[in-house]
Amino acid sequence: MGMAAAESQFHVLAVDDSIIDRKLIERLLRTSSYQVTTVDSGSKALEFLGLRENDESNPSIPSVCPNNHQPQEVEVNLVITDYCMPGMTGYDLLKKIKESSSLRNIPVVIMSSENVPSRINRCLEEGAEEFFLKPVRLSDLNKLKPHMKKTKFKDQKQETVERFEDSEVQQQQSQQQIIIQNEHHQAPKLQVLQPESESESHPQPTIEQQQQILQQANNNNKRKTMEQGLSPETDRTRPRYSGIATVV
Amino acid sequence: MLGLGADLLWADMNRLLAFLFHQGVLDEQFLQLQQLQDETSPNFVSEVVNIYFHESEKLLRNLRALLMEKEFSDYKKMGIHLNQFMGSSSSIGAKRVRNVCVAFRAATEQNNRAGCLRALEMLEHEYCYLKNKLHELFQIEQQRALAAGVRYPVQN
Repeated sequence: MGMAAAESQFHVLAVDDSIIDRKLIERLLRTSSYQVTTVDSGSKALEFLGLRENDESNPSIPSVCPNNHQPQEVEVNLVITDYCMPGMTGYDLLKKIKESSSLRNIPVVIMSSENVPSRINRCLEEGAEEFFLKPVRLSDLNKLKPHMKKTKFKDQKQETVERFEDSEVQQQQSQQQIIIQNEHHQAPKLQVLQPESESESHPQPTIEQQQQILQQANNNNKRKTMEQGLSPETDRTRPRYSGIATVV
Repeated sequence: MLGLGADLLWADMNRLLAFLFHQGVLDEQFLQLQQLQDETSPNFVSEVVNIYFHESEKLLRNLRALLMEKEFSDYKKMGIHLNQFMGSSSSIGAKRVRNVCVAFRAATEQNNRAGCLRALEMLEHEYCYLKNKLHELFQIEQQRALAAGVRYPVQN
């Protein structure tokens, strides 16, 4: 994979209740030269991240509340989690991470074996960086590094996250912006096509392009990537997509 | 001349793989697994597949036990088992098994007990077939590794 020694410092926390998928994701991540920790549930993930489950840290409080939070034992640069898990789902875990003042900057990626656009939408709106369809491929992991590097530039990130949190207005705007932007950018693609119909040669965005995209409001980017990723098989006539359906 | 055995076995292995792909028993994901195997993880595929066998047999037992219950009505639980089975099958590239799970799940959604029973039989059959074929594949691979090993003298 041509990894430099410095890149082995990235540490990924993988969460999946399926033992096979944990083994797979661990191997995929190790092959990509990341350090990996795997856990089998959302609550264990939070434990590992140093956050107790009953942490109700108010996101509007900028400082860490010492009573119900322990400092992170190990630095985690990215969390990748399955969506469907008993107890705490990947979505619940995502929410908890984004609601935590200490953890909210950790990029979160969701994996799912089912291509449910509303699910993808929900996760992206909640702050997930990417949504991968299972089975996850080595090529999907190429999309992770930009997100992990991004956490080093917390100020820039903080600004876009705050804009993203004014989501009501932003989403209205982004729906119109999609029509304009759709042709002009090659955004990180979501793998919503079946493996057989997706060729190995589809272009990967360069790091420059990725960073360029990251400078825009995150939610615009996510709407757009979901849009580009919609497969022909997706039913576009479903009412909830009436706003977006016309773009494709 | 000793190397010829290994080469023939390599051809056998590829022929079997090609056959399994052609029949739709395995799909591209299985190749992905093979690509993840290397010197640092030389038994990766067989490790994953053995975990899959173990998990699958547990799920099949649970499914059968549920359906054989006199007062059976827990279609939802069957659905949960099937989702797991679908997921793991998809993760190793067991395409036909996965497809039977899909049909099976549809029967549970219709509360169709007879349909579920039929689907279970089909699932057991497909799983058995897959297991046999994968064992065959691993056997050839082992023999090939051995045959390739005797090609070179032992280094001191």
